[in-house]
Amino acid sequence: MARRVAVVFLLFAILVACARTGDRPRVLRLATTTSTYDSGLLDAILPVFEARFDARVEVVAVGTGQALALGEAGDADVVLVHARAREEAFVAAGHGIARHDVMYNDFVIVGPPGDPAGIVGMATAAEAFAAIAAAEATFASRGDESGTHSKEMSLWARVGLDPSGRWYKSIGQGMGSTLEFSEETSAYTLADRATFLSQRENLTGLDILFGGDSIADNPDSSLRNPYGVIAVTPVTPGVASDLAERFVEWITSIEAQELIGGFTSPGGETLFYPDSEAWHSR
Amino acid sequence: MRTLVDALTSAVRLLAEGDAALLEIVGLTLRVTGGALLIAMLIGIPLGAAMGLSHRLPGAGLIVPLVYTGMGLPPVVVGLFVYMFLSREGPLGALGWLFTPTGMIVAQSILALPLVVGLTMSAVQGVDPNLPLQLRALGATRRQLAFTTLVEVRGGVTAAVVAAFGAIISEVGAVLLVGGNIESETRVLTTAIVLETRKGNFALALALGIILLTLAFVANFAFYRLEGRGRSR
Repeated sequence: MARRVAVVFLLFAILVACARTGDRPRVLRLATTTSTYDSGLLDAILPVFEARFDARVEVVAVGTGQALALGEAGDADVVLVHARAREEAFVAAGHGIARHDVMYNDFVIVGPPGDPAGIVGMATAAEAFAAIAAAEATFASRGDESGTHSKEMSLWARVGLDPSGRWYKSIGQGMGSTLEFSEETSAYTLADRATFLSQRENLTGLDILFGGDSIADNPDSSLRNPYGVIAVTPVTPGVASDLAERFVEWITSIEAQELIGGFTSPGGETLFYPDSEAWHSR
Repeated sequence: MRTLVDALTSAVRLLAEGDAALLEIVGLTLRVTGGALLIAMLIGIPLGAAMGLSHRLPGAGLIVPLVYTGMGLPPVVVGLFVYMFLSREGPLGALGWLFTPTGMIVAQSILALPLVVGLTMSAVQGVDPNLPLQLRALGATRRQLAFTTLVEVRGGVTAAVVAAFGAIISEVGAVLLVGGNIESETRVLTTAIVLETRKGNFALALALGIILLTLAFVANFAFYRLEGRGRSR
């Protein structure tokens, strides 16, 4: 009997020892999309917030769908995503306190330099999509209900097409993997410019075929990709929820907006543009 | 808790409705895992038996630890190697096997093989040492000797096959990298589970997990019955 108690005690002690890591600063869990994380933006700006508020930010980088689901379940304190309609639905359903504009970049269509569907020089993304479908040129879809996938589906809807067939590959993976897949299979894909530029050196078989050299050159303004931040409605009000609201205030402040605008890719290109209310009324 | 209940009900509903997309995924899962298991058995059982029966295995001190290491190969590392071989820029790129079920079978065969070899070898080594002596005295050829020994230790051989099956039907790293999780082409149960989790469809992901476990149970039940029938004969 005594031995059995000792064993249980030992197991419990191991668990506690593994879980405890000493006195920890306040923790804020941020659920966000892979683009903000993979591009290196968060690593560049979060330390400033952490130092200012003596907090630690845990980043969970997932697709917009899962990020919102994490918020809904109370497993994240704040979400930073890019699928406006779903963000507004999230707030309307009472899961979030309010949505605030943070920044934007844009989507581009990348593909093999040979451009088999001949989309270079077209005026709108929908036109380019129609050409890709008509040529049945291989197209890789994120297929994961991410913000990028939502945008892709809205473009197909605008063309009046429900894409299917051997040429349309729905792979259900993140942006980075989808770009790798597209390079390997000479496929077209819709990508956010930030992720494409930050991985460009590994993607020599892909070029931006629609979207221009910078956001200012993008001929289709509907490809603009706005990011919003939402503090999750706390299940039980506490420290983290207070911190979540501080985070929303901070990331929309002039100081953080300047950091966002100053962040560049390894090649020196601006990846995200400030877009908060405070920024516009400065 | 609500998610768990949702998951169970949607698992039952998907199975009962015979959802076409689900059947496709289950079919491909069985095809890939079954194909890989067959290849691993055809190579691994004879190889394991030969290694277990030979008294002075050349380089045994190195080969056996190597096989044991292979039994714990990380699927994602195997996937990465196979990816690089099958990539257009890789040595086998001309085959065009990347992002196809064939490529997935290659990767899973590599994962399953060391398990089949290693466990068959230990099963054969565990046979009553008098059996090979008697068989040799009766004039058995090497092949007859190996076959009779394998029948004798069929419980251990079944364990080898079951372990390999369990390892590959449940792995996601190799099939995701090599297969690419293409809808209707290379999507299997494990990659579908990852995808539904990413979408935030936790209940559906869990339902697919329950279906995967059910499939594994049915397969193991069949293995068990097959072995049991062999034993009672």
